[in-house]
Amino acid sequence: MSDTKTADPEIAPIKRPFRWHILVFLAPAFLVYTAIMILPLIETLRLSLYNLVEGQTVFVGLTNFVTLFSDPRLSGSFWNALGNNLIFFVIHMLVQNPVGIALAAMLSVSKLRFATFYRTAIFVPTLLSFVIVGFIWKLILSPIWGIAPGMMDWVGLKWAFAPWLGKSESALITVSLISVWQYVGIPMMLIYAALLNIPDEVLEAAECDGITGWSQFWKIKLPLILPSIGIISILTFVGNFNAFDLVYTVQGALAGPDGSTDILGTLLYRTFFGFQNQMGDRSMGATIATVMFLIILAGVSLYLFVIQRRMRRYQF
Amino acid sequence: MATARTSYLRTGLIHVALISYTLIALFPVFLTLVNSFKTRNAIFREPMAIPTPSTFSLVGYETVLKQGDFVGYFQNSLIVTVVSIALVLLFGAMAAFALSEYRFRGNLLMGLYLALGIMIPIRLGTVAILQGMVAAGLVNTLTALVLVYTAQGLPLAIFILSEFMRTVSDDLKNAGRIDGLSEYAIFFRLVLPLVRPAMATVAVFTMIPIWNDLWFPLILAPGEATKTVTLGAQMFIGQFVTNWNAVLSALSLAILPVLVLYVVFSRQLIRGITSGAVK
Repeated sequence: MSDTKTADPEIAPIKRPFRWHILVFLAPAFLVYTAIMILPLIETLRLSLYNLVEGQTVFVGLTNFVTLFSDPRLSGSFWNALGNNLIFFVIHMLVQNPVGIALAAMLSVSKLRFATFYRTAIFVPTLLSFVIVGFIWKLILSPIWGIAPGMMDWVGLKWAFAPWLGKSESALITVSLISVWQYVGIPMMLIYAALLNIPDEVLEAAECDGITGWSQFWKIKLPLILPSIGIISILTFVGNFNAFDLVYTVQGALAGPDGSTDILGTLLYRTFFGFQNQMGDRSMGATIATVMFLIILAGVSLYLFVIQRRMRRYQF
Repeated sequence: MATARTSYLRTGLIHVALISYTLIALFPVFLTLVNSFKTRNAIFREPMAIPTPSTFSLVGYETVLKQGDFVGYFQNSLIVTVVSIALVLLFGAMAAFALSEYRFRGNLLMGLYLALGIMIPIRLGTVAILQGMVAAGLVNTLTALVLVYTAQGLPLAIFILSEFMRTVSDDLKNAGRIDGLSEYAIFFRLVLPLVRPAMATVAVFTMIPIWNDLWFPLILAPGEATKTVTLGAQMFIGQFVTNWNAVLSALSLAILPVLVLYVVFSRQLIRGITSGAVK
């Protein structure tokens, strides 16, 4: 649109004076962003190559990474956290995104009454802070208060109740599901928006061909919202591999019981700041942050360069 | 007739499913709010009941207001959130205008550079951010939080706002130029008022993660004078873990402002999402 207008001055042979206003418009954002976000990120990556040797900070190459991956004490918690983080992510992909898509599909049914109310209500948990979410669920699932066992008693499932958050086999799944409960609103909203953008003509054409209801969703709508599903997947990935708050508020910095809910974010926090009798370690903190950065970068690149390019986009 | 009946059935099932999920979504919030107004005994005996005159009690709120400096925490959160949003909107809109309005060398590169932060979380730089804040003497100040949140909010704000600014009519801006308006006047007096709806969307998107953040307050400003509501509630809960009245009241106090803001802004938020700003 603006091409024709802005192209003109460039054809003109007269050399334009330096346009200071562009610099003025860009400078504040550029400076704050660079100083607070990009430089610290680079500095963190750099710090991961240094460590304290006899009180001096010296360049140690990749030694920190070797320590992280193979030192008997640290590597155990690292691989544990990485594995837990993967499970955390898989549960989100298997539960949060399908539920979000299903809710959006139901909300977008035309002329559905109360749709606005449902949409508003289902998005409420997403707005709450982790402190609130973590603690509410801790209370609800606590055997002392008895809300969860009481409710399960109503439906005759009392035998199935267990202090899920306190058992190492079930704690990670429980925390993941709490997180799913909180964040289901985001895929719901994004998919809902994508569904609303499908033109009516396409759906009418499908109806003329006798494709309605379920088969319309699977054959017409789902292929059209695939790009949005790609976006929610990558957002989930970045969010999950950077998560910290919920585990911290529900299970504490030690991510108990017995490290069973430890993910990379809580490991980074403990390693960097120290906790109880463990000393804080800046270099190892930076090393873990670097590993997290590389994981997220790998995921985002995979999405941008492989998945997004192969996805078919439809223009209306 | 047959199709009409199946469609009634289908709509009915959809309502059942949506109502069930709405209950799941709201139940924990309801439980917290209701029980924060009950006596300790009633909380345990009948957790699901609405408070009656005999079980009504404000003892939890009294404890919260006496023990924790929640008014101070609210003030801190409010200052940090409002100042950060203002800076994100101002700086973000300026940069978005430069990127969408002018052609200059490095435009695309600058756009990509500023968009990096949408995908890469600022948290990963925490080690060096803390170091920098210590060096600048900003630890335990609200300024540190404002700076971090401004940097955190800018990438998405620039991305969304530049999409919107591309839709502002060129004729309007050129008419302004012919009338002798400076580029600054065109930005502040013509373009900004036109993208106000987009600004509101960005404000809501920026606000939620800032208000709810626990990581940076915990690391950069854990001091009593600079605690935010989220951190204050977390610490308070840690201390009063067995005083359920107080805990539930603290949680309710932390929920309320977000709920009120959501009710006020929800139309804006949903319009922002559905208008395609974040796809």
